[in-house]
Amino acid sequence: MSRMSIKREWVHGWLLLLPAMVFLFAFTHIPAVTTLINSFFSTPRGRRSAEFIGLENYQEMLTDDVFWKVLWNNLWYAIGTIPLSIALAIAMALWVNDKLAGRSFVRMAYFTPTVLPLIAVANIWMFFYTPSFGLFDQITGFLFGWPASNYLGNPETALNAIIVVTVWKEAGFFMIFYLAALQAIPVSLKEAAQIEGAGRWTVFWRITFPLLMPTTLFVGVNAVINSFRLVDHIFILTDGGPDNASALLLFYIYEVAFRFWETAYAATLTVALLVLLSLLAIGQFFFFDRKVHYK
Amino acid sequence: MTSLSLKNVSKSYGAVEVLRDIDLEIEEGELIVFVGPSGCGKSTLLRMIAGLETITSGDLEIDGAVVNDYPPAQRGIAMVFQSYALYPHMTVYDNMAFALKLAGKPKDEIERAVRDAAATLQLDHLLDRLPKALSGGQRQRVAIGRAIVRDPKVFLFDEPLSNLDAALRVATRIEIAQLKESMPGSTMIYVTHDQVEAMTLASRIVVLHGGNVEQFGPPLELYERPANTFVAQFIGSPAMNLIDATVASAGQVTTVTMADGGHADAPIGSSESDIGSAIKLGVRPEDLSVTDSDDYLVKATVEIVEALGETTVVYFKSQNGRDPMIAKLPGIHKIERGSELRLIASPEKLHLFDESGRSFLYR
Repeated sequence: MSRMSIKREWVHGWLLLLPAMVFLFAFTHIPAVTTLINSFFSTPRGRRSAEFIGLENYQEMLTDDVFWKVLWNNLWYAIGTIPLSIALAIAMALWVNDKLAGRSFVRMAYFTPTVLPLIAVANIWMFFYTPSFGLFDQITGFLFGWPASNYLGNPETALNAIIVVTVWKEAGFFMIFYLAALQAIPVSLKEAAQIEGAGRWTVFWRITFPLLMPTTLFVGVNAVINSFRLVDHIFILTDGGPDNASALLLFYIYEVAFRFWETAYAATLTVALLVLLSLLAIGQFFFFDRKVHYK
Repeated sequence: MTSLSLKNVSKSYGAVEVLRDIDLEIEEGELIVFVGPSGCGKSTLLRMIAGLETITSGDLEIDGAVVNDYPPAQRGIAMVFQSYALYPHMTVYDNMAFALKLAGKPKDEIERAVRDAAATLQLDHLLDRLPKALSGGQRQRVAIGRAIVRDPKVFLFDEPLSNLDAALRVATRIEIAQLKESMPGSTMIYVTHDQVEAMTLASRIVVLHGGNVEQFGPPLELYERPANTFVAQFIGSPAMNLIDATVASAGQVTTVTMADGGHADAPIGSSESDIGSAIKLGVRPEDLSVTDSDDYLVKATVEIVEALGETTVVYFKSQNGRDPMIAKLPGIHKIERGSELRLIASPEKLHLFDESGRSFLYR
């Protein structure tokens, strides 16, 4: 091949890559690097341009009570949503994997929350939670005669109310992965275990669950990322309140950046979020690597 | 002593009946082979014995107790699956120890049972491996080892060799035969569609076809005295030739004539009422030989000759539009394609089947 045609191929290759690269750089790489740089500068205001202030933003973050509050909220939110939605997903997948009447209908019903936009979901649950008129109050009032309760307006219950919505939304999505994984497990394994004296429970814990581990790892990593990434419903349901009781880290970043226009500080919080997520993902892979069996 | 018996056992899926009135008495220490073409119900029957399929009607007895409603684990059986069904996340040791652990056996007893079985099957050096790190033959041996450690009353094998390549299949077949030899008291039921496996392993063979037992007996009895045309053609390779014939005279010796002028005197009893009836004369390809005399059994035109050295297999032009007639002649023969050969067989090698396909011997 001549030197000329190698060069032409090289140009063609880069031309083909160019459109995707432009967008990737414009919307991902450059903003990411800029965010990191901004976190070491002050927020420009009026005629005052941004100044290099070193780690001052990070010091501010460490002494910011709201930051610690939303971080704690986020931790609680992750602990509240991830194990529960995974357990529910497995239970639902096991159920709809069995022979049962109206199986496709049940599968569809479980999957529906996944295809709804999170904003729409939040609006539906807004109605469920409405004091006095909402579905929950109507039911608890009718059955137990409980007084009206403001689940979203009470700092004690606001975050838990949001956790319930998230679990409802995510479990169906994770179920699809578990369903696919369950169908990949040969029936003969279950039969062999049955012959060897394993009951349903033992078959699940000793055979099925270990073989689902790769799926659990995948779903787990996704769930962790989602617990930091998805905050749309908070805007509708509580707007982070009351008193930041239901604010999560990303929600707080949005508030700082676009309500208070503290862009440099928001950049600092974003860097903290990214570091946290990377550590979690790496940790998960190392932790699970020894426990996951890949076929 | 009877180890396992099936009494009028039937199986239906809705309106579809896949097994009809199966009656079998299996003695302790036997190796029984269920053989038959795909879809004959042999695997279903095995799975019913294992407890993985319900029994629609009839009784299954193991060691004298009706076990129809027992869960698989309480039937005293162990099963080796076609796909091996090894637990992929467990080591060979854990795979073999699984049942004993579930049964709550003490640790040293489990250890001893697994080590013993591993030694028998030459798996000692593989105990720490996962199934994915084993070859097909090794996986098969682990699956067998998993069955042995449980010391069951009855071993069930569901086409255990069909996932192995040809050479390994022969080697493993011999291993299974040796294994059976070393455990004379254990009863084994073995499902296969391969008649060579059936002939070489079985103490008795059950030939299944369309949900019915066609014949139940020792391998050579099935070969020498097939009960009907199905068994006659299923056992033996190439399949037995069936030639259209007419009964000419009856008695202790039955004389039959063929349309092409051939005739035969078979030392098989028949009655006067058979005279003139259209029947099938059965003769195995390996029992035929070429003759020059006018006293021949059948004459036919050569279509294909396969010289294998050890034998020469001759395919003749089909006379009735069905399967071509085949002769398997020992040694090397110079035979021209298109030539007409006269064939003969010794009388005691002949089989007679009536119009419904039933052997004259079993009427």
